Amino acid sequence: MQTIFDTQSNERFIYHFNPEENSIEMQTKDLEISYGKTLAMQHADIQFKKNTITALIGPSGSGKSTFLRALNRMNDDVATVKGQILYQGVNINQPGIDVYEVRRRIGMVFQRPNPFAKSIYDNVTFALQRRGVHNKKVLDEVVETTLKQAAVWDQVKDSLHKSALSLSGGQAQRVCIARVLAVKPDVLLLDEPASALDPVSTSQLEQTLRELKPNYTIIIVTHNMQQAARLSDYTVFFNLGEAIEYNKTRKIFTRPKIQLTDDYVSGNFG
Amino acid sequence: MQNQKLAKQLMKKSKTARYERFGRLLCLSALLLIMVIVIGIIAFIATKGMSTFMKDHISMKDFFTGTIWNPGAKTPSGHAAVGALPMIVGSFLVTILAAILSTPFAIGTAVYMTEISPKRGAKILQPVTELLVGIPSVVYGFIGLSVVVPFVRNTFGGSGFGILSGTFVLFVMILPTIVSMTVDSLKSVPTYYRQASLALGATKWQTIWKVVLRAASPGILTAVVFGMARAFGEALAVQMVIGNASLMPHNLVSPASTLTSVLTAGMGNTVMGSLQNDALWSLALVLLAMSLFFNLLVHFIGKKGAFSK
Amino acid sequence: MNRMQKQSQVAMGLLRAIAGFVVLILAFLIGYIFITGLPNISWKFLTSPAKAFSAGGGIGIQLFNSFYLLILAMLISLPIALGASIYLNEYAKDNWFTSTIRTAIEILSSLPSVVVGLFGFLLFVVQYNFGFSIISGALTLTIFNLPLLTRNIEEALASVADDQRQGGLGLGLSKYETIIHIVVPAALPGIISGIILCSGRVFGEAAALIYTAGQSAPALNFADWNPFNIDSPLSPLRPAETLAVHIWKINSEGIMPDLTKVSSGSAAVLVLAILIFNLSARYIGRKVFEKMTSMD
Repeated sequence: MQTIFDTQSNERFIYHFNPEENSIEMQTKDLEISYGKTLAMQHADIQFKKNTITALIGPSGSGKSTFLRALNRMNDDVATVKGQILYQGVNINQPGIDVYEVRRRIGMVFQRPNPFAKSIYDNVTFALQRRGVHNKKVLDEVVETTLKQAAVWDQVKDSLHKSALSLSGGQAQRVCIARVLAVKPDVLLLDEPASALDPVSTSQLEQTLRELKPNYTIIIVTHNMQQAARLSDYTVFFNLGEAIEYNKTRKIFTRPKIQLTDDYVSGNFG
Repeated sequence: MQNQKLAKQLMKKSKTARYERFGRLLCLSALLLIMVIVIGIIAFIATKGMSTFMKDHISMKDFFTGTIWNPGAKTPSGHAAVGALPMIVGSFLVTILAAILSTPFAIGTAVYMTEISPKRGAKILQPVTELLVGIPSVVYGFIGLSVVVPFVRNTFGGSGFGILSGTFVLFVMILPTIVSMTVDSLKSVPTYYRQASLALGATKWQTIWKVVLRAASPGILTAVVFGMARAFGEALAVQMVIGNASLMPHNLVSPASTLTSVLTAGMGNTVMGSLQNDALWSLALVLLAMSLFFNLLVHFIGKKGAFSK
Repeated sequence: MNRMQKQSQVAMGLLRAIAGFVVLILAFLIGYIFITGLPNISWKFLTSPAKAFSAGGGIGIQLFNSFYLLILAMLISLPIALGASIYLNEYAKDNWFTSTIRTAIEILSSLPSVVVGLFGFLLFVVQYNFGFSIISGALTLTIFNLPLLTRNIEEALASVADDQRQGGLGLGLSKYETIIHIVVPAALPGIISGIILCSGRVFGEAAALIYTAGQSAPALNFADWNPFNIDSPLSPLRPAETLAVHIWKINSEGIMPDLTKVSSGSAAVLVLAILIFNLSARYIGRKVFEKMTSMD
C-alpha cells in the first residue's frame, strides 16, 4: 500500500478518558481509511464523550472530513475502512451491521445546506414517513419540536408547506438539522456546517448546537479555529491523515503539547 | 447487558436494507431488459436474414453481386433472381450524395453559429435546427413528393422520382443532425486556440480554417458519420420519392430503390417463410449490419480524436 | 487591405450566406406545411373518419390512434427507462459490464426505425400472434423510445447535485429510497422535458408502425369504452393506423381523390402537434422548476 505521508509522526498526544468512565459514546480503534491505493487516514484512536461537542480541525487534506464520514459509514461506497468504530461499545464497522440503522442513530449534517426539493414539512418528516410513521399528529409534533430545537420554528412556522428550496442558507441549514433530529439520533456529525453561511447565521447555528449538547453527542469538522475554540469541549487536530493531538479544547488552544498543533492553531500554516 | 441488546438491534437486517436490495434489483432488471431487447433484435434479424443462404441455398455471391431482383424467379442466365446490388447501390448512393451535399452546408452553418454570430446562432439557428430534427420523416417524404419530385422532373427531366430526389430529401433531413453535432465539437475547441492564432496575426478565416476546423475535425467526422447512418436507415421519406424500381440506377433521375424502400414496400406482400420473404429479411440484415458498422466507425473516430481535458 | 483580409471577408460572407440559406430552407418547409395545410384543417377534418375512395374524409380515428399509441408506449417505456437510467447513473460502476450496456443502448438508439419495426413485426405480430394491433404497435414504439428516453432521464438525474443524495443517506435512508423520493423529484423538471421531447418523436414515427400497428383504421364506436370489445377505441387488439402512417399510406397508394388536401392537412396537424410538444417541453419543465423552488 502506498502512503501519502513523507514521515511517520511520532510526536502525538491523544487524550484517553478513564476506562472506568461509562460515558464514551463513540470510539475509533486503530482506524485506517484508504481510497483505492491511497491511504487517507491511519492510527486514528479517538474517544468521543457523551453529551459533549468535539471539534475536528486541521488543514485541507488532513483527513478530518474523511474521518467524520467514516463514523456513520457514509464512506462505504468510496473508501475502505479498517479498524474498529465503537458506538456505545458495539463495533459498527463489521459485516452484518445494518448501515441504515447506524446512520439513523448517527446523523449527519453537511457542508452546504441541502434541503430536498420538497416542502419544509416533508423535509423534516420524510425519513419518518419512510419508516412507516404516518400519524399526522405525531408528525406535526415532530416538526414543531425539531424545528424549535433547531431554532428555526418561528421563521418557518407559517410556511411549512412551502418549498424548502426557497429558504435562505442559514434557515435551510437549520431545517437540515431539524431533519436529522427528527429520526432521533444519539450522535450528530456536522461537516463544516457553517462554511456556506454568513456570520450572523453562523453564530445562531453555534448557539443552536450548544443548546442541543445536553441531549446529543456532537462531532463537528470546522475550518474555523475561532469556532472550534468557542464551541467545543474537546478538539482533535489532524494533519496528513493522522490525529496529531487530542485534548480539551482549552488546552489545545492555549497550551498545545505538540509543536505542530501550536503552529497550526497560531496560524503558522494550514 | 445493554451492549448486546444494541448489537442485536444493529445486526438485524432492517426493512430499509431489504428495500434497497429490492430496488437495486428492479433497476438492474430494467437495464437488462434493454440489453435483452438489443440482443434479441440482432439475433432475430440475423437468423431470419441468414435463411436465404442457409435454407434457400442462395449463394452470397448471387445476393451481393446480382443485379436482378425478383425473388422466386430465375435470371436469364439461370441464377436465382435475388440480386440485391441495385438496392445496396441505391442506399449507398443516396447516403453518400446526401452527405456530400449537406456537409459543407452543415459546417458553414455550424461555423456561423459558433464563430461568427453566436448570439444569432443561439437565438435563431439553434431552434431552427431543433425544429428541423423534430419534423417527422413522413412529412419530409410528403414535401419531397409534392415539391422536390416536380422540381426535379421539370429541371432535369424524367419522372422526377429517383436518386436525385432521394438525395435532396435526405440532404434536408440529415442537415440538422450534422449541424448540431458539429456545433458541439466546435464549441469544445478551447478558446485559447483561437486567441493564439489571432494573436499571431492570422485572419479570422485563417483561424477558422486552419485552427478551429482542424482541431474539431474528429468531431465533425463523427457528425457526418451520424448523418450518414441516419440517411442510410431512413425508410419512408426515401421510399416516397425514389420511385421504387428494383433496377440498377442508370442515372440520377431514373426510378431506383434502396434497402429500406424495398423493405417497406415489400414486406406486406410476401408470405412468411417464402423465398421472397426471406430475401427481404436478408436486406434487413444488411441494413442492420451497416447500422452496426456506422456505430463502430463512430466509436473508432471517438477514441482516436477525443479532446483530452 | 491586403489579400488575406479580403479573402477572410469573402469567406465570412459565404458563411453568412450558407447560414441564411439553412434558415430559408426551414422557413420554406414550415411555410409550405402550414400554408398548404392549415386551410384544410377544420373541426370536421379532425374528427371524421377517413374515406379511402372518395373525397371529404377526415383523420379523426388516425389522430385518436396516434395519441392512444403514444400514451401506451410512454406508460410502458417510462418505468423501464427510469429503472435503467437510475441504475446507470446511480449504481453502475465504471467497468466492462456498464460499458457493454451503454454500447448496447447506443446501438439501439442508432438502429433504423424500420429495423425496429421489423423486429416488432416478427416478435409481436407473428410470434406472439398479436396481429397488426395497438398492442404490437405500442410495444414496438416502446423499443424505439427506450434508448433516447433512458438517456434523457439519465441526464436529468446526473444534473441533480450530489449533496441531495448525501442528505438522504445521512438520514439512514437506503440509496434506493433516496433516489426514488429525493433525486427523482429533484430531477423532475428535466425528466418531464425529456418525456415530452421523446413524445414528439414517437408521435411522428411511422416506419416502426407500418408492420406492427398496421395500416388500417377500422371504424370505432366512440360510445363503447370497454377495451374488450374489438370496435371500442380502447381495444388493444384492433389495428390502428396512426396519422403519420396515414400520410405515408395514402401517398403510396395514390387512390384517394383529395389526397393532397388530406396529406397537407395531416402534415400540418402532425407538425403543429410536434411544435407544441417541443415548446411545452421547455415551458412545463421551467414551470415545474419554478413551482418547486418558489415560496408560494
